[in-house]
Amino acid sequence: MTYIYSFLFTASLCLIAQIILDNTKLTPGHITSIFVVIGAFLDIFNIYDRIITRVGAGALVPITSFGHLLVHGAMQTSIPSGLMGVSMGIFSLTSSGIASAIFFSFIFALIFKPKN
Amino acid sequence: MYNFKKTFQPINGDKMEQQNYETIVNKHKPKENRLLNALLAFLTGGLIGAFGNFLQEAYSYFLDISKNDAAVLMLTTLIFLACLFTALGFFDSFAKVGKMGLIIPITGFAHSMQSAILDYKKEGLIYGFGANIFRLAGSVILYGVVAAYIFGIIRYAIMGG
Repeated sequence: MTYIYSFLFTASLCLIAQIILDNTKLTPGHITSIFVVIGAFLDIFNIYDRIITRVGAGALVPITSFGHLLVHGAMQTSIPSGLMGVSMGIFSLTSSGIASAIFFSFIFALIFKPKN
Repeated sequence: MYNFKKTFQPINGDKMEQQNYETIVNKHKPKENRLLNALLAFLTGGLIGAFGNFLQEAYSYFLDISKNDAAVLMLTTLIFLACLFTALGFFDSFAKVGKMGLIIPITGFAHSMQSAILDYKKEGLIYGFGANIFRLAGSVILYGVVAAYIFGIIRYAIMGG
């Protein structure tokens, strides 16, 4: 059942993004930035966590989960160390994504030549 | 040679050309089918979401790790595949079909970094790789961190962490 929910959740987000792209002058860069901010906003009242428990890992795939994980990491360190913890742990959960993206793109850029 | 050149000069001057130009361009512009675009984005995005869910369950079942670790491994796999296909040159032709279905998932984030770093390869390791890797992905990180800082403080004030 989580497969169907994962399919529908990611698919509907991509559908919304495609409709925005086709009908406005916003570029894909604008849309991904907006979606990250929306994901961070939805984590204020734990809404995104509820979506993840319902939908499964499909909710972690879209870029909205990036904003959600930023807020979530900030909250993990703010519990022991107060308001300063917001800046201490902001990258703690997303670091695996950012680090592996940097690492793989560097390695592949060394190996492969640019096409076109 | 002179006769050959003369035949290619415009007969009625530039005004006529400019007036016709827009109508001719509009006639030959490829019409984008928005319904088809939306459907393709829906299908590709959904397939990637279901594939991510499948990977997470397969990792946690076969490698015997917790669901959270399996989710991290799943995201790393998707990033690896996106980087590899971008470097091989396939990703752009995929994105022509899948449109935003490939940009909104984490694959789009990896693709933006890989394509930026590959495009500036000839400028060297420091000013090519180092200066340009966040050229496109930087906006996601910038606005994500600004939003997370503000919303994190709000959430800390309301819910206490």
